[in-house]
Amino acid sequence: MAPGAWTVTGIRAAVAGGDLSAREVCAHYLDRIAATDGRLHAFTTVLREAALARADEVDARPLLGVPIAVKDVICTRGVPTTAGSRILAGYRPPYDATVVSRLLDAGAVIVGKTNCDEFAMGSSTEHSAYGPTRNPWALDRIPGGSSGGAAAAVAAGQAPASIGTDTGGSIRQPAALCGVVGLKPTYGRVSRYGLLAFASSLDQIGPLTWTVADAAAVLQVLAGPDPRDATASTEPPPDLSRLFPGNVRGTRIGVPRVALADGVDPEVLDAFGAALAMLSDRGAEVCDVDLPHMQYAVPVYYLVAPAEASSNLARYDGVRYGHRAKLDGAAAGVSEMYARTRSEGFGAEVKRRIMLGTYALSAGYYDAYYVHAQRVRSLIRNDFDRAFAAVDAVAMPTTPTPAFRIGERIDDPLAMYLGDVFTVSANLTGLPAISLPAGLTQARLPIGFQLVGRPFDEATLLRIGDALERDAPWSDERPPAFA
Amino acid sequence: MEKYEIVIGLEIHAELCTESKLFCNCAYIFGALANDCTCPICLGMPGTLPVINRRAVEFSVRAGLAMGCEITPSSKFDRKNYFYPDLPKNYQNGQVSFEFEGELRTVALRRIHLEEDAVTGDPTRSFMDFNRAGVPLLEIVSEPELHSPEEAIAYCRAVKEILEYKGSLRCEPNLSLRPKGSKELGTRTEIKNKNSFQELIDAMEYEVKRQARILDAGEEVVQETLLFDASTGKTVAMRGKEEADDYRYFPEPDLVHVQISDEWIEESQPTLPELPAARRKRFISDYDISPDNAEFLTNTRPLAEFFDEAARLSGEPTTCANWIMGDLTRLLNTAEIEIQDAKVTPAHLNELIQLIGDATISGKIAKSVLDDAFETGKMPKQIVSEKGLAQITDTSEIETIVLQVVEENPGPAQDYRDGTKKAIGFLVGQVMRATRGKANPQLVNEILTRVLSTD
Repeated sequence: MAPGAWTVTGIRAAVAGGDLSAREVCAHYLDRIAATDGRLHAFTTVLREAALARADEVDARPLLGVPIAVKDVICTRGVPTTAGSRILAGYRPPYDATVVSRLLDAGAVIVGKTNCDEFAMGSSTEHSAYGPTRNPWALDRIPGGSSGGAAAAVAAGQAPASIGTDTGGSIRQPAALCGVVGLKPTYGRVSRYGLLAFASSLDQIGPLTWTVADAAAVLQVLAGPDPRDATASTEPPPDLSRLFPGNVRGTRIGVPRVALADGVDPEVLDAFGAALAMLSDRGAEVCDVDLPHMQYAVPVYYLVAPAEASSNLARYDGVRYGHRAKLDGAAAGVSEMYARTRSEGFGAEVKRRIMLGTYALSAGYYDAYYVHAQRVRSLIRNDFDRAFAAVDAVAMPTTPTPAFRIGERIDDPLAMYLGDVFTVSANLTGLPAISLPAGLTQARLPIGFQLVGRPFDEATLLRIGDALERDAPWSDERPPAFA
Repeated sequence: MEKYEIVIGLEIHAELCTESKLFCNCAYIFGALANDCTCPICLGMPGTLPVINRRAVEFSVRAGLAMGCEITPSSKFDRKNYFYPDLPKNYQNGQVSFEFEGELRTVALRRIHLEEDAVTGDPTRSFMDFNRAGVPLLEIVSEPELHSPEEAIAYCRAVKEILEYKGSLRCEPNLSLRPKGSKELGTRTEIKNKNSFQELIDAMEYEVKRQARILDAGEEVVQETLLFDASTGKTVAMRGKEEADDYRYFPEPDLVHVQISDEWIEESQPTLPELPAARRKRFISDYDISPDNAEFLTNTRPLAEFFDEAARLSGEPTTCANWIMGDLTRLLNTAEIEIQDAKVTPAHLNELIQLIGDATISGKIAKSVLDDAFETGKMPKQIVSEKGLAQITDTSEIETIVLQVVEENPGPAQDYRDGTKKAIGFLVGQVMRATRGKANPQLVNEILTRVLSTD
């Protein structure tokens, strides 16, 4: 189409189809104005710089047209945000979370909010007040949690990407159980403004996708400084687009063998070994590392997280938003209203954790529990820092077992908690971690392979992940019922 | 009562007048409609995060420095589990000096820290107004070193002065009694207060008597929080409000530590104004004015600065003091403005004093010149020349008028000559009237006396 004959519909098609960039179109017309307006005087003001800048903005929408699903603990303006809880049934936030604004600015299309364990507390999405989500690979099994809906949506092709949250493994574990990629960025890499807080020093938002390159593309949009979050890093994120294809020649990967000794399903161990072998074949160096305090990670997590949660969830009192209990008679006062609202609105797991957290913070127990746990937390971090002097990433399975059946562990909270053994360390230390698909069990259930990296070094994790993905024979597997 | 020693520690809450609240951008506007000054952050909406207001920290550093505190270089924030986060325990080991019964006393401070203000409610309905929620408060906690309600008030006034505080400070005393000579602290009660200093004194005096009665009867004082009921003049236990004593403090995870560098402190120091107590001392010693006058003149910083400047320019501090405390204050009160908003400046006062000093105008005329200057802002010299107010000092001119007055008033003149010296007053008055007040009164007196004595 000759420039002189360009039409609105023609330009739209060309730009959308990628034949022309918005900048090219803009520059063409600006040049034409410059060449002709001396004779015509049709313009009083020409916006050369502003127009080109705007055209660049339009071109630079890296997720243009990409549908994204958002976990229901992240605020979407005017759209129900329930946190999987009855206490926020019908609640519509008056603002968008920073990550949501960024996705929208990048041209993404939010297709919906995904189901999750109530207030992100859980590892199976069975604690959602709105019913469990099912694993697309086996509908009688859990998809993992707490971002179960987000993982299942991607695995079943309902969206090419979703964003979830990870406080103790809630992105990585469901990603592993649903056979997709799940990335928990370094604490502070992505703004938490607009995330309904569970544990403020542990929470992070991150992507769930089919491929590692996709995870990088979404992370690039989410990441970056935010003046609304004092804990977000003020450093701009690196350019993640140049990592691919990922090369692992000379990359050193450490394995904490001791940590894998007990309770890991043999098929998971096999898959783990196979993935390591693949990376090793491609030039990676695999060695052992010692993380002696990792054995305390789960108890430390289950003291610190509930303590912070007990404080963060105090705001749900029925006064300003969400569910408010109906009181009979004028005799009832504020305390009763609070108690009834929260008893009615919160589920059993949330109540359990609020009580646990309140106890851990209370006078007489604060030092013995909360302070002590925080001290051990820094010991765990020291272990990793020492390991990173010798390796570039630490590898572990994401979970000790593949997906269990719905209802199987619901009455045994402790058994549920112990499943977090490999994921909580990354949250306690703030380090970035990724779960990568590592094949299927005999029963055709996905297994996850996890890497933990240095602070703000998501790039290494993505690079290794891409190398694994390109080699892996299972990369094209899809859940049979949802292929 | 003589057998007990009163022990009082004070907690003072001062609202900081920063442009925005402590954790968000909202401006607090006094008198705004309920819930108009709010945003998702100060409303505590799900997903919001606090970000600290730098000005509030600056203000508290300055307050801390003004009270001789040691500023801790790194402060963390705590959550006080009562829904909202508390703030850094920044400062320690400060002290406040104040005058009490003619002596300078000092009270050690335990700490100063920043807090955010809470929601206000309507006591007759279950409505909440979040406008004040999040406004920065400075909490100043003293050691229990005050020993009478009067002393406590003097301390509060001193703090109010140092902070240059407008409005009512919230001062909450913790009060206990112990046998004279004992070193152990008795059981204390806390009295909640939001009102005037008078109510505070009444509350403390009542509480002292109440506790003394209990101890005299051999019983124990119960540690509790009390309210003062002004209508009955008694303190009463706050009922029903089962404030959890256990606030489950833990470090605020949403805020990073505040680092206060040595540079920051050094930069703040010179910007601190001279403190009122020091300034009073200086006025008394350098300008030789009385303590009472010094007290008046340092009532506000602008007033003190006005006096300081006027005294420096004119070299006559006592005269300046008299003018300021007398006529100028009268004019300010009538116009209902503060000295910093007046058109009269130290330069005006200085010029006025010069004009009196060199006898260009009389003291009486000067008063009306001041009135005019206050109204118009014109300099005294200009007013005197525009209105022709200069004193008549020409002796022959005065003599002419004197002779005229004496002739017109033979009665009083004769009274004077007969011995009633006071009668000269009337005659002086007549001369002044004839000259519309412009004759130099001293000269009039001299000439009249001379004229009446001869003849």
